[in-house]
Amino acid sequence: MKHRVVITGMGVVAPNAVGIDNFLAAIQEGRSGITFHQKLQELKFSCCIGGIPSVSEEMKNKYLTPLQLRGFDSAGILYGCIAGIDAWKDAGFDIDKSLPVDYDSGLVFGAGTSGVEKFREAVYKLDDQKVKRLGSTVVVQTMASGISAYLGGILGVGNQVTTNSSACTTGTEALLMGFERVQAGKAKRMLVGSCSDNGAYIWGGFDAMRVMTYKHNENPEKGSRPMSADASGFVPGSGAGAMVLETLESALERNTTIYAEVLGGNINSGGQRNGGTMTAPNSEAVQKCIVDAIKNANIVASEIDAINGHLTATIKDPLEIENWTKALGRTGQNFPMINSLKSMVGHCLAAAGAIENVATILQLKHQFIFPNINCEEVHPDILKLIPKEKIPTKYTPKKLQIIAKASFGFGDVNGCVIFKKY
Amino acid sequence: MDVLFLRNIKKEFMTREDLIISLQKIVKPYVQDQNAFNNLSEETDFINDLKINSANLVDVILDVEDEFDIEIDNDSMEKMLSVKAALDIIETKLTAS
Repeated sequence: MKHRVVITGMGVVAPNAVGIDNFLAAIQEGRSGITFHQKLQELKFSCCIGGIPSVSEEMKNKYLTPLQLRGFDSAGILYGCIAGIDAWKDAGFDIDKSLPVDYDSGLVFGAGTSGVEKFREAVYKLDDQKVKRLGSTVVVQTMASGISAYLGGILGVGNQVTTNSSACTTGTEALLMGFERVQAGKAKRMLVGSCSDNGAYIWGGFDAMRVMTYKHNENPEKGSRPMSADASGFVPGSGAGAMVLETLESALERNTTIYAEVLGGNINSGGQRNGGTMTAPNSEAVQKCIVDAIKNANIVASEIDAINGHLTATIKDPLEIENWTKALGRTGQNFPMINSLKSMVGHCLAAAGAIENVATILQLKHQFIFPNINCEEVHPDILKLIPKEKIPTKYTPKKLQIIAKASFGFGDVNGCVIFKKY
Repeated sequence: MDVLFLRNIKKEFMTREDLIISLQKIVKPYVQDQNAFNNLSEETDFINDLKINSANLVDVILDVEDEFDIEIDNDSMEKMLSVKAALDIIETKLTAS
């Protein structure tokens, strides 16, 4: 028997806001979290702007113990822990060391890489023949599964505890992995999400590939311009998003708040064939991913009220819109409204899918479309497919039943999930 | 210093044909269309003709920088999409250096 799966808790650490209430206000008002970073300029980056969440020392101390914070230097794990703990508490669970292990709950929490700052520190010590000086903190902060290991211990969950990694699809993939596990009855609930480090050591490779914009160092908030005529590359971001997925029975039994239902979704790959490469998508596979997600959710394309796209502000944005129009069989006035959170927070890389899923679910819960900031002039190739009013630039209250969200990543991997208002 | 100086002079006086031969060597490992590569001319486009993966263009440019001992700025880089554009930029940079 397949269980219905609902979302009962959320947490977020985004460049424009930390915490669900702040984040809801931020995305409704179209607040940018993109700022200039002196360090990037000193290191001669072309793109010196980025999205870094604001987390105070006081806040760190609220989420991690003094012992956990000793020798701690992994931004992604910090963001993931904050988002994960917030989501867990939001779902109505206590964080208490004296409680028994909860074998009905697990977590899938993705990451692109872990603790790059910590890793850098370790490499310097190693090259200096000081291996003993690494102490006990390097392994757990630099292993890919660092974030799931930290959260697993903090929450005391005893079902599957793992980290997935699929570039910029990571967050959406984590959600679907957790969804399948809960749907299949292998767990009553799964915390799902993803996180990403920030700064020069994680963004450098992208700067070298010239996929980040270098034209907005003087006006950072204008830098991230998905779907716009003058989009010139993405702005890097970071942070974490987390959601608690739970069987509907368990949620009703606990009488807890339900944000939305996960109807279904799909993950696939274009195999780096038919135009797909390490960095570019195979459009046929993108369309198939969306079509199969719709099938899996047991809906029809015409039921989709809105789309939250991947839409990074590179030259591939028009192609993504074209793929949506083909997959849904809907163009022009018949196309649903579409938006990209990246206009406000940049491309949060491995964390992107999770933060954007949180934003998508908030739209369903509160019945609105958040604005696409910096899209005053839509790309002409996009206007050939859909009219300008399908890309709202202002907060738009709207009756919404179903939203489709997709994420795409390096390696030609795709993920699409379908959410429904509950 | 003397050696570098001589090297710059040498590159500066390279003919257009010499530059094409150098460039051909550079792009060879990235080319996905051997036929277009064999017929390479000034009009050849890196992405549309040679089918070089757009992500690899930055590597072509790094190799050009190493080979000619020049630095290619972001704006020039955006224009370096064909053999002709590349040759023009390399020539300009060599004269300037």
